[in-house]
Amino acid sequence: MPSLLEVRDLEVKFALRSGDITAIDGVSFQLDPGERMGLVGESGAGKSVTGFAIINLISKPGYISRGSIHFEGKEISAYPPDKMRKIRGNRISMIFQDPMMTLNPVYTIGFQMIETLKAHRNISKSQARAIALEKLKLVQMPSPEKRLAQYPHELSGGMRQRIIIAISLLADPAIIIADEPTTALDVTIQAEIMDLLQELCENEKMGLMLITHDLGVVSQVTEKIAVMYAGKIIEYGPTETVVHHPVHPYTIGLIGSIPGSIEPGKDLKQIPGMMPTLTNIPPGCAFNPRCELAADICTQQTPVLEEKQNGIMAACHMK
Amino acid sequence: MTTNHTPLLRVQDVVKHFDISGGFLDQLRFKGGIHLEKTTVKAVNNVSLFVNKGETLSVVGESGCGKSTLARVILGLYRPNAGKIFYDGQRIDTLTHEQWLPYRRKMQMIFQDPYASLNPRKTVRQTLEEPLRFHNPKMTSQEAMDKVAYVMEQVGVDPAWIARHPHEFSGGQRQRISIARGLILDPDFIVADEPVSALDVSIQAQILNLLMDLREKHDLTYLFITHDLSVVHHISSRVAVLYLGTLCELASANDLFNEPRHPYTRALLSAIPKIGEKKAKHIKLKGEVPTPVHLPSGCVFHNRCVFARDRCKKEFPRLNELPNGSFVSCHGVEEGWPMA
Amino acid sequence: MKTKLQQFKESYFLYSFRRDMVAMASFVVLVFFLVIAFAAPWISPMDPYDSANIDIMNSEIPPMWMDGGSMEFPLGTDNQGRDMLSTMFYGLRTSIIIGLGAVAIQAAIGIVLGLMAGYLGGKTDAILMRLADIQFSFPYLMVAIFMSAIFQVVFGAGSFEQLAIPLLTIIIGLSNWPMFARTIRASVMGEKNKEYVEAARVIGLPQRIIMFRHILPNALTSVMVISTIQVANAVMSEAALSFLGLGMPVTKPSLGSLIRSGQEFFFSGSWWITVLPGLWLVLFVLVINLLGDWLRDVLNPKLYKG
Repeated sequence: MPSLLEVRDLEVKFALRSGDITAIDGVSFQLDPGERMGLVGESGAGKSVTGFAIINLISKPGYISRGSIHFEGKEISAYPPDKMRKIRGNRISMIFQDPMMTLNPVYTIGFQMIETLKAHRNISKSQARAIALEKLKLVQMPSPEKRLAQYPHELSGGMRQRIIIAISLLADPAIIIADEPTTALDVTIQAEIMDLLQELCENEKMGLMLITHDLGVVSQVTEKIAVMYAGKIIEYGPTETVVHHPVHPYTIGLIGSIPGSIEPGKDLKQIPGMMPTLTNIPPGCAFNPRCELAADICTQQTPVLEEKQNGIMAACHMK
Repeated sequence: MTTNHTPLLRVQDVVKHFDISGGFLDQLRFKGGIHLEKTTVKAVNNVSLFVNKGETLSVVGESGCGKSTLARVILGLYRPNAGKIFYDGQRIDTLTHEQWLPYRRKMQMIFQDPYASLNPRKTVRQTLEEPLRFHNPKMTSQEAMDKVAYVMEQVGVDPAWIARHPHEFSGGQRQRISIARGLILDPDFIVADEPVSALDVSIQAQILNLLMDLREKHDLTYLFITHDLSVVHHISSRVAVLYLGTLCELASANDLFNEPRHPYTRALLSAIPKIGEKKAKHIKLKGEVPTPVHLPSGCVFHNRCVFARDRCKKEFPRLNELPNGSFVSCHGVEEGWPMA
Repeated sequence: MKTKLQQFKESYFLYSFRRDMVAMASFVVLVFFLVIAFAAPWISPMDPYDSANIDIMNSEIPPMWMDGGSMEFPLGTDNQGRDMLSTMFYGLRTSIIIGLGAVAIQAAIGIVLGLMAGYLGGKTDAILMRLADIQFSFPYLMVAIFMSAIFQVVFGAGSFEQLAIPLLTIIIGLSNWPMFARTIRASVMGEKNKEYVEAARVIGLPQRIIMFRHILPNALTSVMVISTIQVANAVMSEAALSFLGLGMPVTKPSLGSLIRSGQEFFFSGSWWITVLPGLWLVLFVLVINLLGDWLRDVLNPKLYKG
């Protein structure tokens, strides 16, 4: 059976005046129906660009320079804009960090939901309204009918994010790509939204791609995980295994640097230095200047992602 | 709240409200006859706490709970509407700008956003020398340079970069420079307002380790403001939990994390995503967070608390000391209601 | 470490300038104008201010390419027999001096008041901004007319000729400060809540130092843009005042007074006395505005593409 979404050897470049730089370098992964995957990395690792690349929304001067994206068996990376529009927001929905990026402040919630529906499907206003209500109930929105008449600014941040999720569910998508959906929210609200996303995926058989920097969130919600560093996936495997027995030194360092992973008051494990900028990626393994295991081969040869142990794939010469 | 020794910092019943009603025309209301209506944000309400020398007190709470306002009131950036603040036994909230100056050397601040907290037009040297020169007008150029270089080394920034501007540094390095500015006057007490929440995880660990090292080396006392509970557990000796500008619970970090008493603290702790923990049981809060403009009556948490009874709606709970030395402000804890 | 020159060479500022043909052309023309204006006493064929050089018999000679034109006066002469080319050079010089001076005054007043209004807020802000509103609700020409009338009465019409340049500078400068005050106030209000300002307060620096050394340098980009546009506006204001007879006297013409002096002869066929200085003025103002537009786009952080 082919996967729901299969990304193979994806490369994204940005054409700058100083020349092209590679933002994503040969990223491959797949997502099955109902599967929840986490794309983890620090800022600048290329995780958001990957999300945008899937729905072909990379803004100029970025472009997909290599690789393929198969969605439901069809290659979509080279779809023309009008064909892509039928997939984006319809079969694949996206949720962003800031709900106000998606919500228009001058229209009511109801108007925006109904317009979105009517743009994708040929239905009457009352039918659209009924669907909108149903989705608001699905995201456990208190008093959904009242919300339809409200404006975005009348709602709290958590409520707005719920509305966004409801909107993204309108067309019964096969995949939701959620880009840092709870980073702007408080922990108690974050917990609620994450519970909600997880339940939705289980009940509606939706695929979820959770893009975040927060390993804690990923480990609670997802089944598999891809860790990105400097535009590459450097570790890929089942969440449980990766979190408890990480292979790549970067993942090990990342987990060790989370307060709570060790006894309070003790020094946190720290990775020295910082992630290279895209214009300045060191030769060989991009992580080698920060890696305590680094040997000569690491500066000469770029490691490939390969099967290591317990079903984990990692890109490291030393393991 | 009393202690038998003099704490380094004592905050007593501090209230800070902001009038956001604007000018005369903005205040005019026509509902039920013409009258003026003021809109006040009740950011901090009757908060009392103390910080002992050498400890790290964390103030935690979600956005809008008044933790940043409290930090700024303590440092005299805002004047409190009521209450008293003592530093080393001296009342400081009524001082004039000139009277404040000696305390400025002792109390410093580290900020959240490394991109906004450094003046983009000033070099590292200018940024770090300015406080030195201002407080020590007699200092020679060479002495100032030496001090700047020393502090830069302490925070892990190469002194060779002294002539650079902030935009030439990464976020983590900027935060180190910002910490250097806080240290350059050799303060005893540092208020750190979300010093790591704008940073990436691996950089966050570097900065947290640095802050803990500096505490040892320079004998510092921290007031640590943050929303991130895992950081709190790691760095603090005691923790104060704020909700809507009101203190819910003040306890040692171990007591608070092992046995949270206040229902809000429990909900907050259960919501921390712990790594490797599958499908945690979050305590669900009912209702919506009220705004600090319209505070609920009685206990400010009652409309979200599953254990709330009639008394909670009517009466504001007092901060009570428990046998283990924690302070909790909850009728349920006081009366021993079953809360499981 | 890169030198300042290297940094400038690699900057986005220079890059976008070199890609924008309009900006480059405008810049070249502007430099040409500035060189002419400041070198006028040395490059003009004659000194139009010196009555010894003027022969009334030479009046209203058309430009050299027309019938009756002469090589001696390439762009013809005006009704008093002055060489048009020289008067235009000198007129431009006067106009630019007044324009730059007026903007310096506007900026000085506007920056100080705008900074105070924005940083101190509250009553100071309310009073200063209402003052700006009141100033703005008078048409500036009316204010200028009113003020120049007072100056003429106080100093006497005779000495007005000597004092015309500084007086016009002050008049135009005083009547336009609210533009600067408002722009500065807006950017100061954006800056003053940033953490670096709080850091300066925690250090205990006095308000004066925070305002002028910390906030002002960060609020100045917006001033650069309006300064260029305001120079163009000041030159136009000066021309308008002179055209109305309230500005530069005919003996020391600016571009405005040249246009005015030629206007009576326009329909008797001597069009060049009005049209040539008019075009000269239009071209000058146009290049400044084009450069100002470009500058606004470059300095707008929302459009910035590094």
